Amino acid sequence: MTEQREISAEIVAIHDAAQVGEPQPRLDFPPYRSSLLRHPTKRPRPVDPEGAELVAPVFGHSDVDPLEADLTIQSGGEPIGERILVRGRVLDGDGRPVRRQLVEIWQANAAGRYVHQRDRHPAPVDPHFTGLGRCLTDDDGGYAFTTIKPGAYPWRNHRNAWRPAHIHFSLFGTDFTQRLITQMYFPGDPLFPLDPIYQSITDPAARERLVAGYDHDLSEPEWLLGYRWDIVLTGGHATYLEPEDHDD
Amino acid sequence: MTEPATPGQTIGPFFHEALPYAQDRELVPPGSMGSIRLHGYVYDGAGLGAPDALVEIRQADPAGVVPRVEGSLHRPGAAFTGWGRSSTDRTGHYWFSTVEPAPVRPGGPAFFAVTVFARGLLNRLFTRVYLPEHAAGDPLLDRLDPAERAGLIARRDDDGGLRFDIHLQGDAETVFLTFPGHGG
Repeated sequence: MTEQREISAEIVAIHDAAQVGEPQPRLDFPPYRSSLLRHPTKRPRPVDPEGAELVAPVFGHSDVDPLEADLTIQSGGEPIGERILVRGRVLDGDGRPVRRQLVEIWQANAAGRYVHQRDRHPAPVDPHFTGLGRCLTDDDGGYAFTTIKPGAYPWRNHRNAWRPAHIHFSLFGTDFTQRLITQMYFPGDPLFPLDPIYQSITDPAARERLVAGYDHDLSEPEWLLGYRWDIVLTGGHATYLEPEDHDD
Repeated sequence: MTEPATPGQTIGPFFHEALPYAQDRELVPPGSMGSIRLHGYVYDGAGLGAPDALVEIRQADPAGVVPRVEGSLHRPGAAFTGWGRSSTDRTGHYWFSTVEPAPVRPGGPAFFAVTVFARGLLNRLFTRVYLPEHAAGDPLLDRLDPAERAGLIARRDDDGGLRFDIHLQGDAETVFLTFPGHGG
């Protein structure tokens, strides 16, 4: 199995050859071995969106129960771990809030274990934690989840490979073309330089956009620690005018 | 002022408890009047089905209207929402029960807008599934070579359904799309 130092050397070589300012991850990023056979080799074709591409799916209160935003109350008891609040806003590329839109998250528990049946990490399952959450953004694009800080976990990309702690986020914009799935990380993680998924984003400033900030104003006395993470989706809203929405 | 976008990351291997849900792929009940099956395989560059991919579609209805209706997460019972989600099975197969979209403008193309996610895929991919009867005169299809063009047009199954395979890589690599504002 490949050693970490070989993976790290591959990452450094790719970063050294990269242009500054690439905003998105490389799809072809060999240090992440699973990308080898799963990246397109041709450049995506530019096209103007039309029809269904101009309109994101709509979600509402019939879809999401507000309690789904609290991952610490879903399974009949208190989960083990460091209770946290993750709060932020979902914005489009013009800085406008994405209102009343679905946010879905999933994550490992405090020990680094997912509820997923394929997770073989010999760390304990927490009977009081599923690691699954949903919410709708508010009129300011705001979202908030109460959860447990996830642990790092091992994977088999190479020998002694560990993923930095992260929360998976699934996001929709106002346009279908703004669809995004990504991962939020925690500040100061020592695993950052070693992780080929995080390092698939070659630009340091772009990588930094995936790291939440600790925000003491969000922390609650004797209850939880607060993190803030804003999400900006690609592009502004297309020229389509929503007939009932004149206030932005 | 354009804000820099938050980068994507792979969906990873552990999304199955989080994103799939009951009737996620049933935009209309299977077997209902006018329903068709849109289905196919997601293949990797070795031609193997990807058992840990997720496909989402967005579409107009048979009148050419793109619904702005909530309720996708609580089917059945909701009106037609024009959006669905299907994870792939162990063989890489995905399927939707839906209705055929009509063109949203007279003479325009009719297609399903598609997003693809997978473990090993570091960011989402966009493509289109064109209906074989409504593919003529489309500006995107007209720019493609014949093989690429054929890869974006669904094939009609004997039962009237639509078959569309997604090749992440390889000789039959699907044409993926980028939209204004997407950057890299």
